[in-house]
Amino acid sequence: MPTKVIMTEEDIKRTLARIAHEIIERNELLQDLILVGVHTRGVPLAKHLAANIESFGGVKIPVGTLDISLYRDDLSSLELKPLVKLTDIPATIDGKSIVLVDDVLYTGRSTRAAMDALTDLGRPRLIQLAVLVDRGHRELPIRADYVGKNIPSSKHEEIKVKLKETDGVDEVAIITTPVAKEGR
Amino acid sequence: MKPLLIQGGRIIDEGIDVTGSLLITEGKVSWLGKGEETPPQPDYDVLHAQGLIVCPGFIDLHCHLRQPGDEEKETIATGTRAAARGGFTTICCMPNTNPPLDNQTTIEFIRSKSALEGVVRVLPIGCISKGRKGEELAEMGELASAGVIAFSDDGEPALNSYLMRQALDYSRAFDLPIIDHCEDKALTEGGQMNEGIISTRLGLRGIPSAAEEIIVARDLALAQLTGGRLHIAHVTTEGSVDLIRRAKDKGIKVTAEVTPHHLTLTEERVIGYDTNAKVNPPLRTKQDIKALIQGLSDNTIDIIATDHAPHTEADKLCEFDLAPFGISGLETALGSLMSLVHDGEISLVTLIAKLTHEPARIIGNRYGRLGTLAIGVPADVTIFDPALEWVVEPKAFASKGKNTPLAGERLKGRVMATIYHGELVYKDDSITVKEG
Amino acid sequence: MRTTQVKPKVPETTPVWRHHHILDIDDFTGEEIELVFHTTKAMKEILSRPIKRVPTLRGKTIVTLFYEPSTRTRLSFELAAKNLSADVVNLNALVSSVAKGESLVDTLGTLQALGADIIVMRHPHSGAPYIATRYIEASIVNAGDGWHAHPTQALLDLYTLYEHKESLKGLKAVIIGDIMHSRVARSNIWGLTTMGIEVTLCCPPTLLPVGLGEEHRQLPPVNIEPNIELALDGADMVMTLRLQLERQKSGLLPSIREYIQLYQLTEARLARAKADALVFHPGPVNEGVEISPAVAHGPQSVINEQVSNGVAVRMALLYLLTGSQKR
Repeated sequence: MPTKVIMTEEDIKRTLARIAHEIIERNELLQDLILVGVHTRGVPLAKHLAANIESFGGVKIPVGTLDISLYRDDLSSLELKPLVKLTDIPATIDGKSIVLVDDVLYTGRSTRAAMDALTDLGRPRLIQLAVLVDRGHRELPIRADYVGKNIPSSKHEEIKVKLKETDGVDEVAIITTPVAKEGR
Repeated sequence: MKPLLIQGGRIIDEGIDVTGSLLITEGKVSWLGKGEETPPQPDYDVLHAQGLIVCPGFIDLHCHLRQPGDEEKETIATGTRAAARGGFTTICCMPNTNPPLDNQTTIEFIRSKSALEGVVRVLPIGCISKGRKGEELAEMGELASAGVIAFSDDGEPALNSYLMRQALDYSRAFDLPIIDHCEDKALTEGGQMNEGIISTRLGLRGIPSAAEEIIVARDLALAQLTGGRLHIAHVTTEGSVDLIRRAKDKGIKVTAEVTPHHLTLTEERVIGYDTNAKVNPPLRTKQDIKALIQGLSDNTIDIIATDHAPHTEADKLCEFDLAPFGISGLETALGSLMSLVHDGEISLVTLIAKLTHEPARIIGNRYGRLGTLAIGVPADVTIFDPALEWVVEPKAFASKGKNTPLAGERLKGRVMATIYHGELVYKDDSITVKEG
Repeated sequence: MRTTQVKPKVPETTPVWRHHHILDIDDFTGEEIELVFHTTKAMKEILSRPIKRVPTLRGKTIVTLFYEPSTRTRLSFELAAKNLSADVVNLNALVSSVAKGESLVDTLGTLQALGADIIVMRHPHSGAPYIATRYIEASIVNAGDGWHAHPTQALLDLYTLYEHKESLKGLKAVIIGDIMHSRVARSNIWGLTTMGIEVTLCCPPTLLPVGLGEEHRQLPPVNIEPNIELALDGADMVMTLRLQLERQKSGLLPSIREYIQLYQLTEARLARAKADALVFHPGPVNEGVEISPAVAHGPQSVINEQVSNGVAVRMALLYLLTGSQKR
């Protein structure tokens, strides 16, 4: 299947630096900020952003992990249930500014599930969304506050994000899946 | 009725194993020819039996027809049709009906109902004890006159040793056997299946082999004491076979039977809690099967009997503990037994003997010569294909009892036609009778 | 309660799970059991929140169908189901139309017609849940059938052990009591041996089922040791089973007094096990019979943890049951 690399390791590094700057710019009270990475790849991304923010802004931001398997809206139709990972947010979220961090924003359903999960844990003052890739095709009224790269894609394409911590390499690729042939 | 020639089959009877033809005239076997021989008179219908086995109609010394009392499970009409499909031309019905067969009236009911509605011969077995209660002897003399071929309280063991002694003794006057269902109920109460590794795995209370062997041993001792005729129903354990073998060596008058399911199925059939595998005595182990087959070969076990025990579907559609015991076996008997022949465990000739002239020997002559193709004898003939493969479909059974653990199984060996008293009482569609 | 810090083995690959029903633990692989542990840990996190609820099973109807009285197991399942936002209906089969003679299959048919997605069943006859799987589409969870199995209990027992020990393989477990009539024992024997734990059974010979201790592919391998002191030597896990007082009446034991003398788990006897050995009991406890009050309430007892882990384990199992409920 044809694969094209859209972002290299360098591209990702620069993008994460830029997003970190944007977060610092838009959030006056960095002390109230918590970064929450959505499992699986949102977690290392959140950690990188926190490191960048600490480096550029001088403030150590807490990083939490959030599992959304239990909040998905498609569980009934799944033969195998997704692996539930740990939700661990190191501080109370009431009144805080949360930046949800995820790798790809697509239909928006994962973000909806993440927001439901967060609101079960407390009442944040503000929730923002940071994604490495926005590939369009929203099915819900959801938008990202911080976007690494807009990658317009068709439904026959797959955006594959790989990170060193989970896949051994940092890259974003677009894969064209074969279109079903008519009348075989 | 025109004479019927069964042509070109392999004819197997006591002392006979030859490819040839059999002529039936006016309901009796009238001529037997070898090879290409044809009968002297030229006028007859022809049933082509090439590639098939032709033998005396099977005799089942142990089955349950449920009538009177439990007609929703089976009747004489449906039970005899099931028998015919299974190749059985004579079946002996056990007296655990409701009311039990412990007097002349009930025996006469069986005989007249069979004559009216049955399609094969039904021979009644009378109770050992009044009302089958196990307390007092039934009127054996009256029962003998009425036509029973044996006495049994089957369903229950004759637990009262004093009563069993009297039964074995008293029955000598009539030269009829006492058939005992050997089970020490103190050891089997609440039991659901064979006691062993599988019962432990499934969490079901077990029925130990010892429970059967204890009563077998007791009955053999009583048979020796009295000189009466003892017949052990449905032998299932290695230990029982050993006991019977030694008793026969000592000259004790005992005969024994084994069922097709105990010869071919082990306790592992119960895994999954299939109530159709729930039977008493229970399915046992590979080791027991080996001993039973050996017992058949060396004549420790004289005959094969089905213990056909039909139940309604609703009866068996429940928790394993609550389901009644019993397998509907008339229509699968030959098919399942043929696996032993195909595997080389017993010969075809032995198998047929255990289903025909051996049971006839136990029944005796009061109903004429049974289990034989001798000239002049009423023609009870079974024709079967030893190699035909077929799938067991309980819905297609003539029996009301669809309770078989063999549902969906592929068997090799099938009855193609059954003739009772010269009349075709069962015929597979593939068998044609050509007008002569 | 101090637990050692455990590094759970986090499987990164797609989970292996093929159970549409939970009938017995004997057909669970080691990987599936580890998946249950992993999922249970996540469920425990939810139980530590102020709002112990997630919308996972919203819209699903779970029926508890109990033909035997039980407070704690039923409650545990009910809480687990409600925490996952399922609708729960409790059917006490002892007083309903079942008592009037409605058959098991009929009752199940009614529940299916009423739209039950999952039926949690407890029944006095072994094999009853297997029959259920043949006649209705809903998922069946066995909450205990006769003497046969109690898979969710074994899983919560295993999880409780897992929380305390770095590695399960090679541990020594002893089960003391009426093995013959105990579905908890049977399921634990399967579960423990699957995880590589060495199991010893200690009981009067009359309460030991036929075949256990022999080598056979149909049964897990166990050691048999009727002497309690010898059995406890070096044990990491000690499980005591409830002794039904009726066992003495049915002639299996000469007296309860003798059972206590030979088999009660006392502090002195427990000292033969490892210093960090854990004491389990499926409950309800007959204090002073199979276990002394001192041990039941002592520092090595994890009996209360078993109960609290029960809710989390059952949440994990209800979540993991295969999604395609309508076949």
